[in-house]
Amino acid sequence: MERNKMGMLTFVASEAVFFALLIAAYIFYHRRGGEGPTAANSLDLVKTSIFTVALLSSSVTMHFAVHSAKAKKSRGVGVWLFATIVLGAIFLIGQGTEYLGLIREHVTISRNLFGTTFFTLTGFHGFHVAIGLVMLLILLGLAMNPRGLHPDSPAVEVISIYWHFVDVVWIAVFSVVYLWAFV
Amino acid sequence: MSEASQSHATITSLADIKEYRGLLSWVASIDHKQIGIMYVVSAYFFLFVGVVEALIMRLQLIRPNNHLISPETYDQLFTMHGTTMVFLMAMPLLFGFSVYLVPLMIGARDMAFPRLNALGFWLYFFGALMLYFSFMAGGAPAAGWFGYAPLTEKSYSFDHGIDYWALSLLVMGAGSVATGINLIVTVLTLRAPGMTLRRLPLFVWMVFINGILVVLAMPPLNAALVMILADRLLNTHFFTPATGGSALMWQNYFWMFGHPEVYILVLPAFGVISEVIPVFSRKVMYGYGLMATSTVAIAFLSFGVWLHHMFATGLGFAILYLFAASSMLIAVPTGIKIFNWIATMWGGTIRFSTPMLFATAFLIQFTIGGLSGITFAAIPLDWQLTDSYFVVAHIHYVLLGGTVFAMIAGTYYWFPKVTGRMMSERVGRWNFWLLVIGFNGTFAVLHILGVLGMPRRVYTYPDVPYFGLLHAISTYFAFVLVLGLLVFVANMIWSLLRGKVAGDDPWDAWTLEWATSSPPPPENFERVRTIHGRRPLWDLKHAAVAPAATKEGR
Repeated sequence: MERNKMGMLTFVASEAVFFALLIAAYIFYHRRGGEGPTAANSLDLVKTSIFTVALLSSSVTMHFAVHSAKAKKSRGVGVWLFATIVLGAIFLIGQGTEYLGLIREHVTISRNLFGTTFFTLTGFHGFHVAIGLVMLLILLGLAMNPRGLHPDSPAVEVISIYWHFVDVVWIAVFSVVYLWAFV
Repeated sequence: MSEASQSHATITSLADIKEYRGLLSWVASIDHKQIGIMYVVSAYFFLFVGVVEALIMRLQLIRPNNHLISPETYDQLFTMHGTTMVFLMAMPLLFGFSVYLVPLMIGARDMAFPRLNALGFWLYFFGALMLYFSFMAGGAPAAGWFGYAPLTEKSYSFDHGIDYWALSLLVMGAGSVATGINLIVTVLTLRAPGMTLRRLPLFVWMVFINGILVVLAMPPLNAALVMILADRLLNTHFFTPATGGSALMWQNYFWMFGHPEVYILVLPAFGVISEVIPVFSRKVMYGYGLMATSTVAIAFLSFGVWLHHMFATGLGFAILYLFAASSMLIAVPTGIKIFNWIATMWGGTIRFSTPMLFATAFLIQFTIGGLSGITFAAIPLDWQLTDSYFVVAHIHYVLLGGTVFAMIAGTYYWFPKVTGRMMSERVGRWNFWLLVIGFNGTFAVLHILGVLGMPRRVYTYPDVPYFGLLHAISTYFAFVLVLGLLVFVANMIWSLLRGKVAGDDPWDAWTLEWATSSPPPPENFERVRTIHGRRPLWDLKHAAVAPAATKEGR
């Protein structure tokens, strides 16, 4: 296996353990919050579902970017990377408005255990999306530069591994935090 | 021999390598050898710092009702001593050996990600400085090296010590993960042609498995540290029972890291012993396959034993039995290793050079530490002995008598390769006997103190029978131990300046690092031939007479 790919996969394995433990903490504390806001009475399932669709679609566009890179179509790489970045940004903006709404309702990280675990878990995920966006922007910059990234560079593939990982984590987080709350 | 040698005739010391001249060449280095040396030097520096902290504690404990230092200072000292020895001394010492030796042993030019390698070192270095900065920022952490919540919460530890502690461990943890990834990928992708996984030197095997442990075991610590930092800085409720939080949560997450961590601290030491014992017994390693598989078994089981650190917390019996069983089980692969080392020595032509002396002491002392460790898997014994000096004795037998002794063996063994100079054998013997007597004198009596009921982490004790006497014995021997360490450091410095020129292969060893010059040139090898067995250098030296060597390790 190509060494950069292997390095990223190993890193993703490490990150997976980190998120698994944050999710475990969320589940463990779910019923211990006591009085106050809970997932069921403060979260907006519909709104978040829309932003979730944006993030999940970004995995598809990312896949096409890798596909174009393998086919040495540098124009395609640029277009698909741009689409991925836009979708990722929509997700982050969605998360930002959600946070803003919660904080206006005085649902903060220090309010109770729901706030504590919710903001820690989704915050770390959002942070990872942001890091992913930075990496994608660098890739886009290289792809736009005619003398820059060679379109079949494995860099696109390596960063796609990270991006898909962030997506998969969100599927787990969304299931546990949002869907479970309304069951 | 001329066939095997790739010696640059002009290189006999580090000063002969022009790429290594000047401070900038070290600070800006991405050469795995320079980074390895910086790791090891920093680790030995922090060993000295940790020993001074321990010595002050021993002086405080020399007689009952002593008031040399205040209880607050004592708490800071044992916290800093533990944190220093685990994160600032042992891990970087092992990483230093790993990043220095792995590329050489597998015939590579450098690590898979040389810049990541440098990042790993500097994260460690500045993380370590951040931890010690806490002394100037209003007080060092004082909650023990495993920082149990809720003691680490703001309401009980108000000053910034714990913040510095958690932040510096996070920074160093990130560095460790980076180095772990680097080691895994290096071993999997950069092996010389012909070096299959079944021909890998055992040290590389152990380091490889260790990389996997680091990558998977650091995240629980990082998660726990993030949570305690959030509790302290953002007023969250993870570990505050009053608002529904759980103090046990910290213990679970910490020991999910903590128990694999003890194997992280010992696996590379096993690797060193597995290199030293065959070379100085003049026999191939007995049970190579079992050595590698038992390492995998240890790594696997080490994730399923953490609860034995928490037997006294009132968990249900079903889960206690489960973890008692798994904790006893993990002794089996470790026992296999001990027997394999002994079987390798058995009937060999043993040369008791200093590395072999330390390796032999390792075998005995680590076995004692392993046996005292198994007692904690037995639940009633654990209830009696937990948090007593018996635990202190146990951890020092495995980590000081085990890991550090093995790494000193490794230092004597590879010092000629790294510096081009032999360490003095005569001083080495003094070094050895002072350390063996000092170490066992200091820590053997602590077993008895623990059984008599002396709790750990208290700054003084009443004048009850034997306590004063046993503590005094321990303290006096601690000075012998420190003298031994000083002789060790003196031997390194003296040998670096005045030691005998080593040559490429002073021990008549078998692994690839001895095929190049001492110290190796920046590019390591001019060329690496196809590897045909587990002892590539032996094959090269005896190419004409022993084609049969190729049968090995197929």
